[in-house]
Amino acid sequence: MTAYIVRRLLYAIPILIGVNALTFVLFFVVNSPDDMARMHLGNKRVTDQAIQSWKEEHGYEKPLLYNAGADGAGKLTETILFQKSIKLFVFDFGQSDSGRDIGFDISQRMWPSLAIAVPTLIVGLLVNITFALTLAFFRGSYLDFWGVVLCVAMMSISGLFYIIGGQYLVGKLLNLVPISGYDTGIAAWKFMVLPVVVGVIGSVGAGTRWYRTLFLEEINRDFVRSARAKGLSEHWVLFRHVLQNALIPILTGVVVVLPALFIGSLLTESFFGIPGLGSYTIDAIQNQDFAIVRAMVFLGAVLYIIGLLLTDISYTIADPRVRLE
Amino acid sequence: MNIGGFQPVILWTDALVFLLVLLVAAGFWYASKHEHLMQPWRRVVDSRTGQAALVVLLFYIVVGLLDTVHFNEQIDTDDQGAPIYSTEIVSLFDVVAGTLESQREKSYSAPFATHLYSKETVELADGTSTREYPLLEYGGQHLAEGDSKAADIAAKALTGAIKGTLIWAILIAVIVLMKGKGAVLVGRLLRAELDKPWHVGAWTALFVFAVFGSFWELSAYYHILGTDKVGEDVFYQSLKSIRTGLVIGTLTTLVMLPAALLLGIMAGYFRGWVDDVIQYLYTTLNSIPSVLLIAAAVLMMQVYIDNNADQFNSVTERADLRLLFLCLILGVTSWTGLCRLLRGEALKLRELEYVQAARAFGVRNFRILMRHVLPNVMHIVLITIVLDFSGLVLAEAVLSYISIGVDPSTNSWGNMINGARLELAREPVVWWSLLAAFGFMFTLVLAANLFSDAVRDAFDPRLRKQR
Repeated sequence: MTAYIVRRLLYAIPILIGVNALTFVLFFVVNSPDDMARMHLGNKRVTDQAIQSWKEEHGYEKPLLYNAGADGAGKLTETILFQKSIKLFVFDFGQSDSGRDIGFDISQRMWPSLAIAVPTLIVGLLVNITFALTLAFFRGSYLDFWGVVLCVAMMSISGLFYIIGGQYLVGKLLNLVPISGYDTGIAAWKFMVLPVVVGVIGSVGAGTRWYRTLFLEEINRDFVRSARAKGLSEHWVLFRHVLQNALIPILTGVVVVLPALFIGSLLTESFFGIPGLGSYTIDAIQNQDFAIVRAMVFLGAVLYIIGLLLTDISYTIADPRVRLE
Repeated sequence: MNIGGFQPVILWTDALVFLLVLLVAAGFWYASKHEHLMQPWRRVVDSRTGQAALVVLLFYIVVGLLDTVHFNEQIDTDDQGAPIYSTEIVSLFDVVAGTLESQREKSYSAPFATHLYSKETVELADGTSTREYPLLEYGGQHLAEGDSKAADIAAKALTGAIKGTLIWAILIAVIVLMKGKGAVLVGRLLRAELDKPWHVGAWTALFVFAVFGSFWELSAYYHILGTDKVGEDVFYQSLKSIRTGLVIGTLTTLVMLPAALLLGIMAGYFRGWVDDVIQYLYTTLNSIPSVLLIAAAVLMMQVYIDNNADQFNSVTERADLRLLFLCLILGVTSWTGLCRLLRGEALKLRELEYVQAARAFGVRNFRILMRHVLPNVMHIVLITIVLDFSGLVLAEAVLSYISIGVDPSTNSWGNMINGARLELAREPVVWWSLLAAFGFMFTLVLAANLFSDAVRDAFDPRLRKQR
């Protein structure tokens, strides 16, 4: 098991190098730092002087790949490739284009993201599995049919509608909780309710339908039939045999997103004014802060790879037949 | 000012849409010659929801295609009699819906309103000024003093519905006549006695024609979905957005399909280092969260467009290239799933007896791939394309909201939502733009979801066995 994990971690290295190379090409080769400077400075009649000083201010004045002007190891380290890309591997994110320390910002902003994303995931999972089990219990009936119709209809509604509708209904018409904002400590719960509820409702259509398919696949298996033949009650069959055996596909979907919860949801956070990593990214996109976007791309890739690894490990816990070698 | 002549303009996305239409037509022509290829399609038509969804989709597709035929109108002739063309690019749809576009108000107005939505200071004849709701320039201005608006709307809606029904009846008559047998067939169609649920399709079509007919009739006299901030008709905007939604939903898969097909099949068939390289490629791309990858790529494109503005002749062309690029980058993030599926399927196929036999006979790899592997993975490709469609339409709105979607000058539901979002803070609320965008999007996505279910049920061999 340990050997397997180590090998998987080693596999991650070439992938991260690939991600890094991709962002490097995207951010520095497709458009040179000169282009970015010109864009930030407003394009029209920008002097070379102004471009140069912008680049120096933001640390883009070094050569791309090879610095002939520096001495010793500096020939390679005093370059944009090293300063802006390779340093990401040790999670040194450097400064954003507006001069803030990205690493510090991330460590501050991940907590609000988690505070929204974790309850959304857990409540969503419980709700979806409950609904799906109910539909599976009443399979073939009108309840099942109309339940699926409702799921398809809810899937077809844009996520933006749930957010805007939820804000309007709960926040403005009913005045139950504040529409947007955030608070420190326990007082934050008021601000968390609406995003979590909206997030759960937004995912319930697709989720319930997907879990129902999983359960129905299991429900037709032979061991379920023999369990029923033994005289077990339908509830017992559903919980003991169907749910447990459907756990593997459920885990695949859930565990892989666990690390990504840090990043939060871009949409939810920006709509509800939550100072998490999602709104951080959105702000960066809108201000065209390339350093932050670059850092978030790398962080996202790392978290995804960790998620894949966790998925594999969780299999061994959920199903003793799976052994990692 | 238009004097009849025109000069066709083919934008990049237009060309690809035409290519897609050609491919679909060729595919159907080919399938119609082969019974085993037609069978799954017959099963799609067997399904009631599939048929109803198809009719709604066809309606959207017709509007989208009308909006895809672009040209410059001739505005004058020079001294030698050679034509001069307008630089503004218009589409066939713009010509059909010309009145909708030209009837611009000053600012917001509610659906079916006759007055503007906010008060303005108006100077009276005697020099004093008051604040009141000014009259609209076009909406409801045919009404005389004392006419009942509700009665007028009802009458116009009925006229439109009847017109739509007439067109529907003519269409049904033409189709039935082409099949022969005439009246008998119509009777059986309406009594739902045919071998397939054609009556569902027919009734859905009637519904679509009648509703759209009355909307169309009304829209000549009222702004049936209101007007937006600059006074543009929201109904017109919603219809124009159909093309953008369809283009994003279909071209994305079209542009990435060759790569996914080629790499997926090659990885599964050749194994070894080819497999390793291709797997590495898609794992790397897959490990970047797609929103972030799209954001990064679109940001870079914005920088490029900003710095090379002189390369684009017109706003329409720039917006079009941006749309195409968005399709490309969405494709880059979504092809990996298909590629992995195809790899798995090719791994399975290469071990089957007939492929082994072909290899033993010395058939070239390329020929095996073309004759034995490719045709046997086509159902996966088709199912994936249809399943992805609705997700892409929804993604457009989200991306446009976080300003990494289509160009702000392009009509799209995402841009409509983005523009109307801030108006929710107003009192009283401006809700019609949002509702129109969500409504049109919901109808399209729901139809696409139902249709894709029908397609999956019909094409997936695993599901077929269960029945």
